[in-house]
Parts: sequence; structure tokens; C-alpha cells
Amino acid sequence: MTALLRHLPVIPILVPLVVGAVELLLPEARRGLRVALPVASVLAQIAAALMLLYLTTDSMPDMWTEGVGVYSIGSWVAPFGIVLVVDRLAALMVTLTSLVALPALVYSLANWDRVGPGFHSMFQFLLMGLNGAFLTGDLFNLFVFFEVLLAASYGLMLHGSGPARVKAGLHYISVNLTASFLFLIGVAMIYGMTGTLNMADLAQRLTLLDADDRALFEAGAAILGVAFLVKAGVWPLSFWLPSAYSAASAPVAAIFAIMTKVGVYAVLRVGTLLASGDQQISFIDVGLFYGGAATITYGVIGMLAAQQLGRLVAYSVIASSGLLLMALGLQNEALTAPVLFYLVSSALAASAFFMLNGMTDRTRMIQMAASADVAPLPDVTYMGFGVKEPADPLSSEDEVGVAIPAAMAFLGLAFVSCVLLVAGLPPLSGFIGKFAMLYAVVQSAAEGALGWHDWALIAAVLVVGFAAVIALTRIGLRLFWSVTGRTTPRLRVIEAGPVGFLILLCLGLTVGAGPVMTYLDSAARSLHAPDVYIRVVHTAAALEAAP
Amino acid sequence: MEIVLALAIGVLTASGVWLLLRPRTFQVIMGLVLLSYAVNLFIFCMGRLEIDRPPILLGPDALDPRMYADPVPQALVLTAIVISFATTALFLVVLLAARGLTGTDHVDGREPEE
Repeated sequence: MTALLRHLPVIPILVPLVVGAVELLLPEARRGLRVALPVASVLAQIAAALMLLYLTTDSMPDMWTEGVGVYSIGSWVAPFGIVLVVDRLAALMVTLTSLVALPALVYSLANWDRVGPGFHSMFQFLLMGLNGAFLTGDLFNLFVFFEVLLAASYGLMLHGSGPARVKAGLHYISVNLTASFLFLIGVAMIYGMTGTLNMADLAQRLTLLDADDRALFEAGAAILGVAFLVKAGVWPLSFWLPSAYSAASAPVAAIFAIMTKVGVYAVLRVGTLLASGDQQISFIDVGLFYGGAATITYGVIGMLAAQQLGRLVAYSVIASSGLLLMALGLQNEALTAPVLFYLVSSALAASAFFMLNGMTDRTRMIQMAASADVAPLPDVTYMGFGVKEPADPLSSEDEVGVAIPAAMAFLGLAFVSCVLLVAGLPPLSGFIGKFAMLYAVVQSAAEGALGWHDWALIAAVLVVGFAAVIALTRIGLRLFWSVTGRTTPRLRVIEAGPVGFLILLCLGLTVGAGPVMTYLDSAARSLHAPDVYIRVVHTAAALEAAP
Repeated sequence: MEIVLALAIGVLTASGVWLLLRPRTFQVIMGLVLLSYAVNLFIFCMGRLEIDRPPILLGPDALDPRMYADPVPQALVLTAIVISFATTALFLVVLLAARGLTGTDHVDGREPEE
């Protein structure tokens, strides 16, 4: 049993890789299998992620101790081989990914997965890239997994085609390709100065650098940081984000909600490891603080100005990303656990919101098509891909699921829940995340007075919530109350279910805030004591062949 | 040798960035290609510039590491080449799709108003 469990860290990478590849080979006609495989893959990833989460709590002391597990790929030990490292933060992020992936995948089964070829393969490859980026302990391997997830995301971004998507996709791809070049330059400089790419080894060798090499190394780290911040959507590197996220199809936008968090994760992971040698990298933290503040300003202005729900949610993603970076830039270790809580809650909320937007949007589209003589979207996409249009798309849609009654009531209720989550109002988990952040700032300043940095963060948390309430209330009024003669949309269980699932998860996060916070506290502690991580990676023995 | 390589990387990067900022999609893709050449050369020279030193150990008696070039940057540059090649191909497809859907090769999908 333990021999098998030792291979657990590689499961979240291998399973989507294999399933994605198999999906490419399955003929379109075998719909049952084409749907069953990805769902099974995501369920397997959830199981593996939960098991990783359990193992990092040191519940099985004969396997992993101190909450860090190392898997040496091909039995090559660090620093010569590439290792996967599971610590509490990585396990948390993998779990979050799989929990967001399940609803997005189920939602896509309603009809989005059929409007173009290869949806399921790209979705699985995206999951593989995300899981790999969270688990890897090697800088260049991190680049490779970033590229895997980006390549899949380029395809998913364009999924469904249409001028708006292709236009937004063009910007999205060029910005991210350029960011990848920055990533490579940063990695190459770091390798040139230290001679290693293993993150734990890197942290150790940092102290041995002389002053000249040190300066070059810091330049490399800063370039690397810029590449991460492009992913995180920091101002002024985030102008591509609102149009890309609002143009992407709903299930794709729902899974994209976690992609800005990858950038934040990478900053947190590499930042804390590099800071272990000494404290001279603090200029990155200062940059994070001001960058985060500017991002919040941009996000808030965008939220207030947005006229469509999709753009508004995209700007709220930017604002929450800015809040995370600003809080991290404060260099207050007590803040890390609340920041992680807010990260989880905001990822779930944004994902639910994008799917909800897909449902309200679709009804408007049908209305438009009925009133004006505009062709509904799927026609364009079938033509664009040269795929033969199914005989009667409407009837095939009806077969997929059961329509749920009281559709408008559900939409309204889900909308209110999402607003509460994004704005951080009680009783849902957004409130707990923001409250914990405020509490940590005030509490840690109890010894001294609050500095202006602390006041700025408190103001930012409150302003973001306030702006979200104003902007969302306005859009909500327009969506649900002011439209007369709107046709009540037909909702299917597999569309409404995922949104409900995510909101219930947030509710669970609220009810179980105590245990979750305890776990996040331990995750934050181990992040700020990277010596354990470094030691475990260095002493990890090669995997022995199973007897 | 260092100065020649440094100049080459610098010129490639400068032209790449300039092209990247141009308004036509074809210029953008050429810019990305030039940038990727520059980055690949940069990674390569991070393993130090050496002549007549193989990156693999030859024979059991050759154990002095000073006689060999660092193989890691060469492996890295290979990966980087493959990835940038694939993404460039993908970008080319998107470029053509954008041209077909919007009827213009401007990056914003419409001609700027005079």
C-alpha cells in the first residue's frame, strides 16, 4: 500500500496526460466514452489531491514527515534529477484546481464541449499543466508546465471561435509568449549564476554567491518575477485579461479563474524559498505592494465602468489578484494564512460567477437571435471549424439534461451568493477571508502602531468590497429587474448544478473555517520556514523498486 | 567572441521588441520569432562560451570537469526551441483565423481611423 502511495504525487500529472491523449484518438461518435473518461479523470484527480492533503498533515508518519513529500522522477535524486515536491501549499492548490475543474467540466458537457474539436483533450492538458506547476520543485520544469498549461489555454481560449474570441486570443497569446521569453531569460540568468535549477538547491547556494554574481542573480530573479506577475494579472501587465476572460466561453473562463492564482502561487513559492538565504530580496516585496495597489485601483475602476457581467467579473479577478499581491508585499507572516484563505474563496467565487454569466448571457443571445435576424453563435463556430453541424442542435441540447423549474429564482439566488462572495459580505466565505486579513493586520500591529502600509491594505480591502457591491448591484438590477418581456431561460441541471456546487463549497468553507484555517496556518508556517523544505528535498532517497 | 555574441543577441532582441510593438500581425509574429532566437542564444551562452569542449564525458579516464562544456544549457535550449517552435506555429494559425474573421491584419481587428 505505501509502495503505491509513494507514487501518489505523480498521479495528478499522469492521469490528465493519459486521458487527454486517449481523447484525441476517440472518434466523435463514441460520445459516452468521450464524456466518461474526462469526468473519471477529474474525479481521480480530486481523490489524489485529497489524499495528498491528508498526507501533508503528517497523518502517516512512516511516509512523509513535517508535511513535505518528495517524489524523484526516474529515481534521480535532487539536485541532479527533477523532483516533485508536495508541501501543504502545493497540496492545497492541487485540490483547489481539481475542485474547480469538476464543475467547469460538467458545465461544458451541456453543449460547449461540442462546438469545436478537442475540447476535452485541451481541458485535460490544462489540468496537467496546472497540477505540474504546483507540484514541481525545479525552475525549468516549472517553465515547461507553464508552457503546457498556456498552450492548452490558447486552444481553450479560442474554443468556440468567433471574431471576439480570436481577437482577444491574439492579444492573450502574444502577451503570454513574450512573458514566456522573460521567464526563460530569468531562468537562464539564475542558472548561469548558481549552476542549479532545483529550487531547494538554489536557496542553499544563494548564500555562496559573491557580490557581482549576486547582482546578476537578483536581476534574473526580478525578470522571473515579472513573468509570474504577467500571469497574476498585475497592473500594467493585465490589459489583456478582461477581454480574454470575458470573451472565453463560460466553462473555459471558469477554469481560467484559477490561472491568475498560478502566478500568485509562483511568486509565493519562489519568493519564500529565495528569501530563506537572507533578507536582501525585499525589493521584490516592495514592488509587490505597490504593484498590488495599482492593480487594485485598475480593477476597481474597471469594475465600476464595466457594462457587461463578464467584464465585471474579469475586473474583479484582477482586483482580488491585486489584493493578494498587496497583502503578500506587506511581508507580514501572520497575513499569509488569511491570504491563502482569500485565494481559495475568490477562485471558487470567480469560477461560479463566470458560469453564471454564461447562463444569463446565453438567454440574452437566444433573445437577440429571435428578435433581430442574427444567427446564433453555434452556426458561426461550426462553419469556422469545418465541422458538420448536427441535424438539429436544439433537440440534441434538450436530450442532455432535465430542465430545472424556477430558473429565474435559481439564477437570482446564485447571483446574490456570488455577489456576497466577491464583495466579501457575510455569511459566505469571502467575508471570512477578508475579515481574517484585516484581523491579522490589526493583531500583528498590536505591539506597535499601525504603519501607513497597514492602513493602505485595510483601506484597499474595504474599497474593493464596496466597489464590488456598487457595480454588481447595478448590473444585477439591470439583469433581473429592469428587463421586461425577457424569456425565462431553460436551465439544465448540469448547468445549474456546477454553480450550486461551487457555492455550496464556499458555504462549506464558511462552516468549516476553523479546521481550514488551522491547516492554512500550518501551510503558512512551513512556507516561512523553508529550511524544512530544503532539508527534505536534499535528503530524499531515490525511490526503491517496489518489492 | 563574447562581444560578437552579445551584439548579436542585443540586435536580435532590439529588432524583436520593435517588431512586436508594430500594429500588423505579421510583424508581431516576426518579432516573436526574432525574440525567441535571441532568448535561445542567451540561454546557450549562460553555459559559458567554450571551444573544443564536448558536453559529454569521453572514456573512463577523463574526469577533469574543466575539459567539458556544461550540458544543461544545451538541453534547456533544445526544450526552449521546441516549445517556441510549437507556439509560433499556433500563433500563425490564430493570425490567419483573425485575418479571415476580421478582414484585416491589424492586431486590433480593425483599421485605425484616420
